Amino acid sequence: MKSAVILFPGSNRERDAARALKDVTRSDVKIVWHGETELPSGTDLVLLPGGFSYGDYLRCGAIAARSPVMDAVRAHAAKGGLVLGICNGFQILVESGLLPGVLLRNSHLKFVCRAQHLKVERNDTAFTRLYEKHQVIEVAVAHGDGNYLADADTLKRIEGEGRVAFRYCDAAGNVEKNSPNGSVNAIAGIYSEKFNVLGMMPHPENLIDPLVGGTDGAGLFESLGQKAA
Amino acid sequence: MALIGGGWGAVRKAFAPGGPSRYPKPILHADFPSEMMAASAPAITPELVAQHGLKPDEYQRILELIGREPTLTELGIFSAMWNEHCSYKSSRLHLRGLPTKAPWVIQGPGENAGVIDVGDGMAVVFKMESHNHPSFIEPYQGAATGVGGILRDVFTMGARPIAALNALRFGDPQHPKTRHLISGVVSGIGGYGNAFGVPTVGGQVGFHTRYDGNILVNAMAVGICRSDQIFYAKATGVGNPIVYLGSKTGRDGIHGATMASAEFDEASDEKRPTVQVGDPFAEKLLLEATLELMQTGSVIAIQDMGAAGLTSSSVEMGAKGNLGVKLDLDSVPTRESGMTAYEMMLSESQERMLMVLDPAKEEIAKAVFTKWGLDFAVVGHTTDDLRFRVWHQGKEWADLPIKELGDEAPLYDRPWVETPKRPVLVADSVKAPTSLTGALKTLISSPELSSKRWVYEQYDHLILGNTVQRPGGDAAVVRIDDGPKGLALTCDVTPRYCEADPFEGGKQAVAEAWRNITAVGGRPLAITDNLNFGNPERPEIMGQLVGCLKGIGAACSALEFPVVSGNVSLYNETQGRGILPTPTIGGVGVVEDVAKTATLAFKDEGEEIVLVGETAGWLGSSVYLWLIENREDGAPPPVDLAVERRNGDFVRTLIKQERVSAVHDLSDGGLGAALAEMAMAGNTGATIDVLPEGIPAHAALFGEDQARYVIATKDAEGVLADAKAAGVPAQRIGKTGGSALTLPGGQSISIAELREAHEGWFPAYMAGAGN
Repeated sequence: MKSAVILFPGSNRERDAARALKDVTRSDVKIVWHGETELPSGTDLVLLPGGFSYGDYLRCGAIAARSPVMDAVRAHAAKGGLVLGICNGFQILVESGLLPGVLLRNSHLKFVCRAQHLKVERNDTAFTRLYEKHQVIEVAVAHGDGNYLADADTLKRIEGEGRVAFRYCDAAGNVEKNSPNGSVNAIAGIYSEKFNVLGMMPHPENLIDPLVGGTDGAGLFESLGQKAA
Repeated sequence: MALIGGGWGAVRKAFAPGGPSRYPKPILHADFPSEMMAASAPAITPELVAQHGLKPDEYQRILELIGREPTLTELGIFSAMWNEHCSYKSSRLHLRGLPTKAPWVIQGPGENAGVIDVGDGMAVVFKMESHNHPSFIEPYQGAATGVGGILRDVFTMGARPIAALNALRFGDPQHPKTRHLISGVVSGIGGYGNAFGVPTVGGQVGFHTRYDGNILVNAMAVGICRSDQIFYAKATGVGNPIVYLGSKTGRDGIHGATMASAEFDEASDEKRPTVQVGDPFAEKLLLEATLELMQTGSVIAIQDMGAAGLTSSSVEMGAKGNLGVKLDLDSVPTRESGMTAYEMMLSESQERMLMVLDPAKEEIAKAVFTKWGLDFAVVGHTTDDLRFRVWHQGKEWADLPIKELGDEAPLYDRPWVETPKRPVLVADSVKAPTSLTGALKTLISSPELSSKRWVYEQYDHLILGNTVQRPGGDAAVVRIDDGPKGLALTCDVTPRYCEADPFEGGKQAVAEAWRNITAVGGRPLAITDNLNFGNPERPEIMGQLVGCLKGIGAACSALEFPVVSGNVSLYNETQGRGILPTPTIGGVGVVEDVAKTATLAFKDEGEEIVLVGETAGWLGSSVYLWLIENREDGAPPPVDLAVERRNGDFVRTLIKQERVSAVHDLSDGGLGAALAEMAMAGNTGATIDVLPEGIPAHAALFGEDQARYVIATKDAEGVLADAKAAGVPAQRIGKTGGSALTLPGGQSISIAELREAHEGWFPAYMAGAGN
């Protein structure tokens, strides 16, 4: 499997993402500068990492979404290629039109970094095949703008098509409890129509090691590795 | 008119038309147009000198040194170099006594940051620095730029920052400004560190009415690099280009360091324009570009532009290398038009670096900065004349002896008086609380001891994926790269103790940092000190500084825990009222294998709880006395450094042998607070059968005797036997289990109730309206 982690000015979790792809997915990983106009040949997965691209100035992800490399990412997605956007990567995906909706300032108006439980909504996608359906996993959140919102029609469509990937919940799996940011329907991550693009606010890439908080995020990166096998 | 930055209202008067025009003799050039001088050159009046923070005798020293009256630009340069913040003129004499050496110390004080060797070819670069004055005036930007400055100190040396910590002190929670200051400082620290991408893994938050008018914001950064790839500020080679890197220069922060060297008064809010504005995005780019540049082999010397900006960075690089410096300010990237030499030399605009470059590699270096979208400009070169010369628009604005600018800075042996000793408080004289569990609940829900989750959840403490122990424990543990090695990091000081007895308080601050590192299984290696005090011109304040430094020195020597970097912040005083003496200690230790660290959480039911160390029930200057009895008196607990070392070495060995399942050091709130924290962290209760004998139960539970730890173990018998053999006092006091903390005699409090009290105060306070 070949992965490309896009480096925007201000990205700061690109190393974390590359480490998860290398150590867990067992992928060959290239860090790709945002100014490139093409992806390395044979790229299977594009990962847009967390961070504060362009300082979150203007709107989170808005400037990065206009980077030269994003045309190549759109073309990759259009061909059915896998794209994973984490945190700022998710914000870039909605700003670039690859995923619907917007990410607003957290409802409590503060940055939040903490352990966070998620409910895995389905396990038949390239990203989640190794989780159980409705499994509750503990990962982490670290963001100031993760409050997902879409208009009523869009929301109805996303829900109707089963495109919610993860929802915030408590340790017992109660959705709508323990939301870190006030997202509508407790949405923590969503898929594109063809389920090849996933955007999520939480950080599975920081939960891949029993010594560093646990391994509940590893399932996502292992699932991606299974695809290629 | 814009010769001086905004905010210096008083200085502007010196420029008023018709004002005195006693301009010094022309600075160097007979062809200096006289109308130019008349238009832009103010008289160097005593008022102007005073407004630059220079005392009359200090100005006299300048006149003697250069043999003529200085130009305004030169006066500004002296003001920047000779203020307390940059010259350490009140503290230097006493800082000399600190131990700074050990076999593992690569670089002690005097560089951008200290450097220690942690083995495997890796070095740790770290420092702590205050941003107290700006944070009080403008909390968000003050704290943010404090974080930015200390991160720059670390990556200037070639190290990638892997952790940040901070120690914060606020006024009484009831003071009308406190909530606003907390909110701004915490979001400023988070706003900068989170975007920059460094995990903020630990720190301290304390409250006391003596910080009402002067909060403390002490930020620490820790980075790693290869021990053979450390970059220094010492310039070499004559005629080498001096390159300006990073953000553009504006008029912000002019005289920031001078402000930080003065007391506050009611008009201090007017100094808001001297607070700089941070741009963490620019800093992140600067980090990546700087580290990439260092890989090209083009950097001869590098220095960040911090306090006193271009002035202090260029003077330091030249002076350290025994070279002169000639700057041509026409090339300085500016973001405002019409900036004068004076303004450019004193601007404290953030996210800037100065570098001496290998001229053969200029194009390679420039390409790196162009890629990251940052400014790269040759603004001068090194010379062989040991002069510091500043040119702008074809004229020379300053020509000063470069070595003397630093070396001849005033050095004061200020008068000081020893802090009177307080009597030792006898435990029996402090009345018992009506309920021990009630007192415990009061303590752990107090501002001082309550959970600081509200604060640290606003800091990204997980980025980089190496945070082995998150905030809330004794010391944070971060893994170095893929391990197994890691660092144990902590910030400590107990200002109450320093106020009561500066010598013992200084010792205790170092001992507690050492103990916290030990409690997670780390081997303490070195410290950075951030010395926050009031006005040193008052002998009793100077006495606090001298006493604390003696105590710090004694503890560093005895514990082989040298000082490798630091910062002094004086004049933390408003309307004659000083802060509690607060020498914050940032400690760094190494953990050989992060899989073998200890945490404070009780993990299993039925384990034996052992108290290590001697308990005399010391209530003098304790949290109990302060918060329950409303008294702040009595001598603080003495620190026996030999005992500290013996007990700590014993505990560290137990952790290494994996014979303990939980370890917690005892500090504020004593045994009671420690047991509550261990129970809450592990969601496992405990039954305490016996307390140290011969003293009242409240003294046993809340006394703050030093050099103590609580451990949980399955092998109490073996641990107690080993303790006896090592001469370490230890006693079994109870067993883990259940969902409550039960004391001898049957008084009990549930973990749920403890947690609600402990976690409740901070969010409720911050959500509260009014006071």
